[in-house]
Amino acid sequence: MTVDRAIARCVAGFAFLLMSLIAAFAQEETIPPGSPAIDLLRQLPEGSFRERGEVIGALADTGEVALVPILRALEAGSLFVVTETGQIVTTQADGDGVIATDVATGEEIGALASSAVEQIRVNNLIRREVRTAVSQLTLMSPNPARRIAAARDMYASANADSVETLDAALAAEDDDAVRAVMEEVRAVAILRSDASLEEFEAAVSTIVARGGSQSIGILQGALSTASEELQPTIQAGIAAIERNLALWNVAQNIWYGLSLGSVLLLAAIGLAITFGVMGVINMAHGEMVMLGAYTTFVVQQVIRTSYPELFDWSLAIALPLAFVVTGIVGIAIERGVIRFLYGRPLETLLATWGISLILQQSIRTIFGASNREVGNPSWMSGAFQFGGLSITNNRLWIIVFSLVVFAVLLFVMKKTALGLQMRAVTQNRRMASSMGIRTPFVDAMTFGLGSGIAGLAGVALSQISNVSPNLGQTYIIDSFMVVVFGGVGNLWGTLVGAMTLGVFNKFLEPYTGAVLAKVLVLVAIILFIQKRPRGLFALKGRAVEA
Amino acid sequence: MAATNKKWVMMTAAAALAASTAWTGAFAQEEGPIKVGILHSLSGTMAISETTLKDVMLMLIEQQNEKGGLLGRQLEPVVVDIASDWPLAAEKARELIEVEEVDAVFGCWTSVCRKSVLPVFEELNSLMFYPVQYEGEESQRNVFYTGASPNQQAIPAVDYLMNEVGVERWVLAGTDYVYPQTTNKILEQYLKDAGVADEDIMINYTPFGHSDWQTIVSDIKTFGSSGKPTAVVSTINGDANVPFYRELGNQGIDAVDIPVVAFSVGEEELAGLDTAPLVGHLAAWNYFMSVDTPENAEFIEAWHAFIGDEERVTNDPMEAHYIGFNMWVAAVEKAGSTEPDAVIENIVGVEVPNLTGGTAVMLPNHHITKPVLIGEIQADGQFDVVWETEDLVEGDAWSDFLPESAVLEADWTEPVMCGNFNTETQTCGSGS
Repeated sequence: MTVDRAIARCVAGFAFLLMSLIAAFAQEETIPPGSPAIDLLRQLPEGSFRERGEVIGALADTGEVALVPILRALEAGSLFVVTETGQIVTTQADGDGVIATDVATGEEIGALASSAVEQIRVNNLIRREVRTAVSQLTLMSPNPARRIAAARDMYASANADSVETLDAALAAEDDDAVRAVMEEVRAVAILRSDASLEEFEAAVSTIVARGGSQSIGILQGALSTASEELQPTIQAGIAAIERNLALWNVAQNIWYGLSLGSVLLLAAIGLAITFGVMGVINMAHGEMVMLGAYTTFVVQQVIRTSYPELFDWSLAIALPLAFVVTGIVGIAIERGVIRFLYGRPLETLLATWGISLILQQSIRTIFGASNREVGNPSWMSGAFQFGGLSITNNRLWIIVFSLVVFAVLLFVMKKTALGLQMRAVTQNRRMASSMGIRTPFVDAMTFGLGSGIAGLAGVALSQISNVSPNLGQTYIIDSFMVVVFGGVGNLWGTLVGAMTLGVFNKFLEPYTGAVLAKVLVLVAIILFIQKRPRGLFALKGRAVEA
Repeated sequence: MAATNKKWVMMTAAAALAASTAWTGAFAQEEGPIKVGILHSLSGTMAISETTLKDVMLMLIEQQNEKGGLLGRQLEPVVVDIASDWPLAAEKARELIEVEEVDAVFGCWTSVCRKSVLPVFEELNSLMFYPVQYEGEESQRNVFYTGASPNQQAIPAVDYLMNEVGVERWVLAGTDYVYPQTTNKILEQYLKDAGVADEDIMINYTPFGHSDWQTIVSDIKTFGSSGKPTAVVSTINGDANVPFYRELGNQGIDAVDIPVVAFSVGEEELAGLDTAPLVGHLAAWNYFMSVDTPENAEFIEAWHAFIGDEERVTNDPMEAHYIGFNMWVAAVEKAGSTEPDAVIENIVGVEVPNLTGGTAVMLPNHHITKPVLIGEIQADGQFDVVWETEDLVEGDAWSDFLPESAVLEADWTEPVMCGNFNTETQTCGSGS
């Protein structure tokens, strides 16, 4: 932990150094006096969004690299205009007022009242223009990563005019990775121009090699304008990309299915203990998940106000706390209510349902009815590309987490003394009791374990779902569905059941839509239960009757 | 004789009783407080949105009482919890009118709630103010629609995207129930009339509380990668929005590529979200908390003082209650009575200021005039208004873009007096 932190500190320090270097470097670059960019900048706050978009286009045409940080500031909404003088400035908070820096000259103007400056408003149109302008300006940037990003940004906007810019950039380029991207963008630009036949064909093959659904769109756009001879080439290209995509689509669906399955598994795994192993029809299971999610919220709240640097660790801190909180609530429910109702399923159902309502309303009273914001730590946001798959980080971590929870639970049930006692009590309560096992204690522990696991699930689900008092209700039906389908009393059944349902659902969804897919899954389960009333993995032998 | 005597005694007793009831009745009407019913869900799924509306009503009533009440009498709020349960809503509405004897009811959020309580208000001839944007295709004598109808929200939003942003491909995504379906039906027709081809419209419905958006967001991504500018028109309801926007952010779709314009996402919904990845996505409403007018500043200040929390936001349905309540007050003052019939007669044409610097007028079809604002989500969870209609837009009960309702008009003034007047046959349709 300390080593980690030391490294983290080093990295942070280094990053800071790097950033200040870059900042210093950027500071030095200013717009030369007399450049048309200075007058253009002054026009930025005036006129409609459309007129201002044109001003940004004109700014890009000046080729002034010093404009890049200014444009980025504009996009981020941190560019201001001094109402009296019309100077364009960036500001730093200073007590009640602000310290303004003129962006055109890089000179500090000094302290101003906050009311003396007005933010330059941006909308999507402006953001789009800024991006195009920045990519046009940074295509020659010394940083290869920036050049790639700049080229990528040009996919959408590339047209006949861009060919020239790109050719100049390509001539100066010696990094292969950057060249590849630039070639692709150039191909797009060619397709949108009236270039010669050979150039066109070469461009089509470049695009086909790139693949992806965006390429289909680009080719389809070209198809409408292309000449007679080219049509078959383009059509063959589209077909080739589509075949490739269809394959990746299957993989993508499986991935989505596993991801949905992992969520189902998390939601159901606690219930696999309380309902599956103990046989308690636990309608308050969803509320344990909710309590786990609210624990995460509270932890993040404390971190935000007191230890903001720990934010990325918030989930790790919330996990044990959620387990303890929900475990204790679970034990309290078992000791207070459920133990009087063993062997009376209907009463248990009603009692636990009542408990679930009580828990929901108490949370609503304490935290309010609206959604609470639970943030994603940085390592859980974003996505990466794996071949033709786009994999989002939070889903990946949730799959991993669900499997880890499953493995740990399996270990506890099979390899520990408590697990052994749990299984003994559920299989034959009287026999276990006569062997000296404290059955009431084991009951409480089992219910606590199931509830605690549900709390862990709540921590994970807070990352993809609403944190509101209704959180539990969203998952309770699905949880029962998974446990019943997988086979009551069998953990492996829960795993396989969750994954099967997830994948089945995701394969149906593209064809039937989300609403019908859900209905069909339920119908399929009903039919399946008719055939195999005990689910996928039925317990066999005497244990079943006990 | 004895019989006559007895008869006399009974008659006197009856007369005395009648007189006393009449007297207490009269007393109650002249001196007692005026009761106002608040019919919102304080528990269950809709509590998330409706609790705030109950609070804002309590605030408005308190403010009115500080000003000296209404017709020289104090107002008394009667709050009931309909628990997101629609048959219960009808029962509670009946209880408010018959047992509590309220003079007007402010309430409901969902269309199904409104549809459930409608017959009660009709039967018992009471007043109902409904504060939420809805699908239109309705006008009822006892109900006042202070939220937006489709032509005050959906149509201008699409116009903005089509004309200002240049969108050519459309995803109509919604939750599977009456409001999104009717709105999307209207929008689909509107887009087709504007020359959008069938293959450029994608319609998608999801169940309530849908939480796994991976497939749909990736479909939208594919749909939008054709090169034509694409936008999502979202009628996704409340709870499902958070995972939807999260998935958009995670799959790297930002507002510059594919903007999402939402009709059910306001300041209150954004409060549960990390808004950084959402900057630039749009919402169409008739009010935003960020609107800079003195009325709005005063309203926000009063709200913060009332609720005791500077962090709480205001939103569009709250403004609708503000307008609706003030209209009712103005109509009661004009009529000099809280009798429903008198109020209904006097409320048409009543003008009250709204919070965005304009005036709201109650139209003969029981809808009101509103400005339409398009806002972009900012990093602080507020909206920045990027476009607004030049004039106030009159709420239209029956959409002009659906053939079966284009011929219908609602007019609750003489001589029409009907909620669905067919301009072709010059008759009133059946029912209301």
